[in-house]
Amino acid sequence: MSSTSTNFLQSSLGKKLVMGVTGIFLISFLVVHATLNSFIFFNDGGVLFNEGAEFMSHNPVIRIMEIVLFIGIIIHIVQALILTIQNNKARPIKYAINNGGSNSKWYSRSMGLLGTLLLLFLIIHLKHFWVVSRFTNEITSGEETLFGEMKEVFESPLLVIVYVLGVISLGYHLLHGFQSAFQTLGLNHPKYTPIIKAFGFWFSIIISVVFASMPISIYLGWIK
Amino acid sequence: MAINMNLTLKVWRQKNTKSEGQLVSYPVSDISPDMSFLEMFDVLNNQLINKGEEPIAFDHDCREGICGSCSMFINGQPHGPKKGVTTCQLHMRSFKNNDTIVVEPFRAAAFPVIKDLTVDRSAFDRIISKGGFISINTGNAKDANNIPIPKLDADMAFEAAACIGCGACVATCKNSSAMLFVSAKISQFALLPQGQVERKSRAKNMVAQMDEEGFGNCSNTGACEIECPKEISLENIARMNREFFIGNIK
Amino acid sequence: MKLDSKIPEGNLEQKWSNYKSSIALVNPSNKRNLEVIVVGAGLAGASAAASLAELGYKVKVFCFQDSPRRAHSIAAQGGINAAKNYQNDGDSTYRLFYDTVKGGDYRAREANVYRLAEVSVNIIDQCVAQGVPLAREYGGMLSNRSFGGTQVQRTFYAAGQTGQQLLLGAYSGLQRQVGLGTIEMLSRHEMLEVVIIDGKARGIIARDLVTGKLERHFGHAVVLCTGGYGNVFYLSTNAMGCNVTAAWKAHKRGALFGNPCFTQIHPTCIPVSGDHQSKLTLMSESLRNDGRIWVPKNKEDMRKANEIPEEDRDYYLERRYPAFGNLVPRDVASRATKERCDAGFGVGTSKMAVFLDFKTAIERYGHNQAVKLGISNPSDIQLKEFGKKAIEEKYGNLFEMYEQITGENPYEVAMRIYPAVHYTMGGLWVDYNLMTTVPGLYCLGEANFSDHGANRLGASALMQGLADGYFILPYTIGAYLSKEISVKAISTEHESFVAAERNVQEQINKLFAIKGTKPVDYFHKKLGKTMWQKCGMARNHKGLNEAIKEIREMREEFWKDVRIPGSKDELNQELEKAMRVADFLELGELMCVDALNREESCGGHFREESQTEDGEALRKDDDFSYVSAWENKGDGKYELHKEELIFDVVHPSARSYK
Repeated sequence: MSSTSTNFLQSSLGKKLVMGVTGIFLISFLVVHATLNSFIFFNDGGVLFNEGAEFMSHNPVIRIMEIVLFIGIIIHIVQALILTIQNNKARPIKYAINNGGSNSKWYSRSMGLLGTLLLLFLIIHLKHFWVVSRFTNEITSGEETLFGEMKEVFESPLLVIVYVLGVISLGYHLLHGFQSAFQTLGLNHPKYTPIIKAFGFWFSIIISVVFASMPISIYLGWIK
Repeated sequence: MAINMNLTLKVWRQKNTKSEGQLVSYPVSDISPDMSFLEMFDVLNNQLINKGEEPIAFDHDCREGICGSCSMFINGQPHGPKKGVTTCQLHMRSFKNNDTIVVEPFRAAAFPVIKDLTVDRSAFDRIISKGGFISINTGNAKDANNIPIPKLDADMAFEAAACIGCGACVATCKNSSAMLFVSAKISQFALLPQGQVERKSRAKNMVAQMDEEGFGNCSNTGACEIECPKEISLENIARMNREFFIGNIK
Repeated sequence: MKLDSKIPEGNLEQKWSNYKSSIALVNPSNKRNLEVIVVGAGLAGASAAASLAELGYKVKVFCFQDSPRRAHSIAAQGGINAAKNYQNDGDSTYRLFYDTVKGGDYRAREANVYRLAEVSVNIIDQCVAQGVPLAREYGGMLSNRSFGGTQVQRTFYAAGQTGQQLLLGAYSGLQRQVGLGTIEMLSRHEMLEVVIIDGKARGIIARDLVTGKLERHFGHAVVLCTGGYGNVFYLSTNAMGCNVTAAWKAHKRGALFGNPCFTQIHPTCIPVSGDHQSKLTLMSESLRNDGRIWVPKNKEDMRKANEIPEEDRDYYLERRYPAFGNLVPRDVASRATKERCDAGFGVGTSKMAVFLDFKTAIERYGHNQAVKLGISNPSDIQLKEFGKKAIEEKYGNLFEMYEQITGENPYEVAMRIYPAVHYTMGGLWVDYNLMTTVPGLYCLGEANFSDHGANRLGASALMQGLADGYFILPYTIGAYLSKEISVKAISTEHESFVAAERNVQEQINKLFAIKGTKPVDYFHKKLGKTMWQKCGMARNHKGLNEAIKEIREMREEFWKDVRIPGSKDELNQELEKAMRVADFLELGELMCVDALNREESCGGHFREESQTEDGEALRKDDDFSYVSAWENKGDGKYELHKEELIFDVVHPSARSYK
């Protein structure tokens, strides 16, 4: 049969798998990112945090992982775009009334929107910290620390709001994405799926709260 | 005794596949709450015929929730607001006097509208023809009890096999994905010893045909499971994913 | 015309195996050039088509539904019989054969029924091999339940959806062949004429229901698997689309119609709720395993079912038929119910219903479960919960369906049921090869008359459909096709095709030209009412004559006053209905003619003039031990041909379930 030769990764299920795997990979990055950033809560004037940042920016393994991470993000985004276009084509005439709320959560139906918001946020975020830490000489030359940069950025109430909104998008994206990735990988079991779902729920909330608390506490001056 | 109702229906009218359609309003009166949704349509259609207008075309046959013919998208939900029922088993007692009810066909690129509320679901048949079977010719079978099957497996296979192929999963999915339908058939055979021989090729071939038909991709919103009149579980989609990955790895 | 049933010589037990091994074969290279048309894609059609394609024939399948998976076989609930004797309760081929002949009130052919019982075991094997998930016990073996008219457990099932699972099994075989390119599947096509060339069936005219186009299709043989005609009663448990058209067209082209008046009225259906009712819903016979049927002893008892104590209940089936109780055959149960309701003991607002009560069963299962769990002093609430659970496992989907339709919870309130038209034992007359009186035209499943006599036992319809399709026709069609190998495919430009198409076109034009005032449903409902009242559960000379007169008038009115909107060149469901109802309006008359002729009571056919003192059916073997095969002489005239029934093995006796 000729249909068997369809390339695995081009198939609907293959694409789904790519979304799930890159998603889980990105989630694992979030854990590292959140952990490291939480060093600011030691409230030691950013000493420990800066040391961590220093390590991250010089360790070769991490630098390689950084590239992998970017590739992961790009694949996740590109694949999402392709899927969205395909999915739109799969229903050329929309319903006059579609009561989606009766059968699914709004955020599960809005992953594209949430993802786009996240992307916008990511660009802002990268410009604030990653570009600064890698490509401007203030930090590389040691005149300024990443912690100092953080304090500077989060002086602006507007940016704090942008960050909190970004993190909320992330929270909802995870709320669906976490358990969805497991389902995609074929991991659905009447006994374990409720555990995965509960874990995903709390994970999404904790990650979001941790991230959101940083700009807020810096802005409010809780962290010196 | 419940009182009879007056309702406003907004129904999708479309002459044929090529023409454009629109929602048209029709009042119906004196509708008994004991009527089924389709019997209410019978009343409306006879009204239309008496007025010299064309009645509304819609698919229906057994009217007992098992053939899978009926396919109306009612107030934003396939088969209407009631859980676990088909349109033909939806009764008017689920509605209130003076309600406005919007009725559209199941919409998907892979389900082109034939006329009014009638759509072409032959894509499902084509998917089945690529692997939704066990290749055994008549007369080859051994005694049925030679294959003992654990009750739990048989029951799970049965639950997957209960799919009636109505297409509500596709209709409700924001992506018009057919994965619940396809996975139900793949699961039925994956769970049974008889299905093991063709296990690897089955998922691959059926998924390939599903993609070719132009259904969308699954994004795990879970709407299909909720709207499925036979309450087919999402677990089947996960099982299909496994079957497909395993089939491609080996 | 002399009827030749072509029953092979020899002992009953050896007839089929001897015959099977002597039927002429068709060489594989010749099979490729032989085309077979199968009309209908239910159990019989799908299984026949798949099996023929596997053998190598070129097959075309037609169905009016949007997919072959929708055929009404799908709605069969309870189960399928097979003489497997897995329960070790003494079942055998002979017993299944005997039960079926007796259940059919000795109006079926012995040889056919014996063959059916023989192949019944192969069906189960075939279905299981196909992956049909039949119910299992914890040990992994297949489970069985009891059904009416038998004292062994031989019914295989898949919850309350046995028909669905079996049909999807046959459908999967069909689709497999479609995928392999050996079957061309034409859905949304309705057969409207059979084409006969030199006395042999050589094709059909079908209408593409989407475009309205009439199409000509050639076949070396034509196989009709188009189901029963219960919709002549308008209200029945059949699907809305079930019709007699294909069989009727064949009849008008020379195929005799066998026992048209033999109709099965199923005792347990949800009662009619109002004039809007479009169809009736069956509550599976399997419910009678655990449900008990009763009415109040006192006509004026207005209490709710739950409030009526045991001593005030009349379990009339258990009273009248102690040996079989609630599991008497369908015809017997239906008549007993009608008798009680006619006598004024019915329940509900219409008084045309009786109770089907699970109270006793819930208690019994509750106790069993409590014992299993080692609860020595279970509370009433616990017992009820346990019992309900057990019932739910067995009949959950049926109970749900009941609640959907009636709005009442049958776990709490006794079900209300009443008999309804369910199945037609009559159909095109066929010989042992399943060929009609038109050479090359076969008829399988419910559409033929063959195996159930005057009453079909529960769980035997699925058995017959699949037996015909999987295990009988694929052999017997060889007897005919082996002589056709030299016949080249005939061009559909042949004058017979042209004439047949013209015929259909004229009928369609005529319908549109009427431009009357009444929708098709008006006539269908009217016909149904007459049929139900005068040719239903009880029939008499006077009523039948009236019915014939009324039907003739209706027919006349129909052809003067029906209104069909839209055009013929598009999907037009009113036109489809009109063509079907036009045929029902002719068939209905023949059913009454047949019922009038058969001045005896047998099975589902109850002539009020022919009953015993205590109201049981009185069969008259001396005068009526034959199959009525009617020849259509045109203009509403019919000629009766009799096929004498000879019983070599089972000796007809008064059927007693007492």
